[in-house]
Amino acid sequence: MSGNAALAEAAILSGCTHYFGYPITPQNELTEYMAMRMPGAGGVFIQSESEIAAINMVLGASVAGARSMTSSSGPGMSLKQEGVSYLVADELPAVIVNMMRGGPGMGNISAAQSDYFQATRGGGHGDYRTVVLAPGSVQELTEVVPLAFDLADKYRSPVIILGDGMLGQMMEPVDFDGLVRPADYDKSWALTGARGRPAQAIHSLIFDTRLQEEHNWKLQRKFRLIERDEVRYETYLADDAEMIVVAYGSGARIARGAIKRLREENLKVGMIRPVTLWPFPMKALQEMAKTVRDFFVFEMSAGQMVEDVRLALEGQGRIHLYGRPGGVVPTPVELYRIVSRHYHQAR
Amino acid sequence: MKTVYARPKLLKEAHFHYCPGCGHGVVNRLLMEVIEEMDLAGDAICVAPAGCGMLLYNYFEIDVVEAAHGRGAAVATGVKRVRPRNLVFSYQGDGDLAAIGAAEGLHAANRGENITVIFVNNGVYGMTGGQMAPTTLLDQVTTTTPTGRDAALAGHPVRICEVFSMLDGASYLERVAVNRPAAVVKAKKAIAKAFRRQLDGAGFSLVEILSPCPVNWKMGPLEACRWIDEVMVKQFPLGVFKEVPC
Amino acid sequence: MKGSIQIDKERCKGCALCIDFCPESCVGLSEELNLKGYFVAAFDDSKECTACRNCALMCPEVAIEVSRS
Repeated sequence: MSGNAALAEAAILSGCTHYFGYPITPQNELTEYMAMRMPGAGGVFIQSESEIAAINMVLGASVAGARSMTSSSGPGMSLKQEGVSYLVADELPAVIVNMMRGGPGMGNISAAQSDYFQATRGGGHGDYRTVVLAPGSVQELTEVVPLAFDLADKYRSPVIILGDGMLGQMMEPVDFDGLVRPADYDKSWALTGARGRPAQAIHSLIFDTRLQEEHNWKLQRKFRLIERDEVRYETYLADDAEMIVVAYGSGARIARGAIKRLREENLKVGMIRPVTLWPFPMKALQEMAKTVRDFFVFEMSAGQMVEDVRLALEGQGRIHLYGRPGGVVPTPVELYRIVSRHYHQAR
Repeated sequence: MKTVYARPKLLKEAHFHYCPGCGHGVVNRLLMEVIEEMDLAGDAICVAPAGCGMLLYNYFEIDVVEAAHGRGAAVATGVKRVRPRNLVFSYQGDGDLAAIGAAEGLHAANRGENITVIFVNNGVYGMTGGQMAPTTLLDQVTTTTPTGRDAALAGHPVRICEVFSMLDGASYLERVAVNRPAAVVKAKKAIAKAFRRQLDGAGFSLVEILSPCPVNWKMGPLEACRWIDEVMVKQFPLGVFKEVPC
Repeated sequence: MKGSIQIDKERCKGCALCIDFCPESCVGLSEELNLKGYFVAAFDDSKECTACRNCALMCPEVAIEVSRS
């Protein structure tokens, strides 16, 4: 299946009952799959009039207790940011998929990793973060998608799945047998009509500054818990590595190809692949920095994740960056050449 | 002595924050009266706006969710699609529905979403201090049309009921007012009718309510009520603009 | 039949719509200030209230209760 379609199927299998989306390349296959599959699965599909409408429909469905999702790409994600901020403030679960493309502006429809900042630094207004999951293969979607719905419900907060156009449109074999539908959470906070209970209000306007501050600290405590408990990453040939590549998503797949070639020449290069971009695997990098001096950040952008690597390493080690924005997808050979050059220069 | 009118129980004890003579107070009251009389307190879910009406959850003894500015119809769509048997209505002002929320309102109507939009039209942006609204009349002075609204610069007032009546998905559209006792009685009837139709699955309904905003119109409350009759209804005639038999 | 109204003085904002729309002139603006600083509306018991409820219909503060004997 294509990544887009697999993502949609995984969502339905994870208990997503309401999908609202607006067409934008390169994720249209996801929206179209939902249009085809949702009614038969007993769910609701609406093609909304805009990405703004979609995120607000998600908010409405979520506040009423449903597992709800929307998907888009860069420009549409920008439109959704206000809605994401409201979801966070209202403490509502939601899953938002961004299949990244070249930017900024209209950009292009090629795969890119251009929205890392937007995804990991809150993205909308106000003091907040969202969990950001970065799958690297179509099969990994069968793990990342149920995880997204689970974390969203568990923490009552929106979760972003950050893919890219290549992941969305590549066709790979996928096996859904291992997908475990996340268990339902208590949603007594949901708005269902005040029958037999006091009326409930969900709102984020808090005029009193001390109360607003209190609410913010409450959200922050939640984010600290997530940072403590929900970091996920993978390593590849890292144990004896003298240089660690840091890459995610499709970037990590390209890097894997490059590292294989480098290892054939006995260059001791390994990789750490963050799966949660937020919370970023800070501790894992700090641990690696005890024995590794060179960190090579590879991303399909001008360099965004590199800032988190800098933050994680706190001045230790040396950071190399190879970034290509604009929807350019480097080949493993190209990356192999660059890493090889840096590796030799570092010696 | 027999009580022939008392505060609806569904109105909380909190004092309204609205200006003296503001129509929001009347509309808030009518909504809770209707919901109480139709015994819908356990089913109603209200979507509150940005604007003077944003504090509804302080007044309504029903479930309320706040929407971002203009997004009420989209949030209500999401709620209703999950809870089709609940009474779901959005409460929106001029900016919320006719400006920033125009697309969401129009498309909710176009899709025939079985929700009710309560549209409070007071010809101005109240909460933010009296700026022009899409519904501001030509030559009307507001803080962003200090010399009066000029069509060449700022366009014409938007007639929401008329515009929405062109949409096949819209089921019931009525414009009413709350500037005279008889008008208030009609407004209440329209709200009740919209809610009854929603429960019967009739589809999208909208009740547009001409409402006085004395402070931003720079008039006394009675003058504001009269202005609705003498000036405003010429642009926004009262009546039913669409009623699909159900 | 005699009608009577009760006005919640602390809710009243002195908008005077009850006064304007009472057909029997039963309501007037008093010289009494409430905690909000408004001159409140006051019912004149000596007038012929018919419990028409105009005042309650117009009151934006829902401050008026109407009774009839």
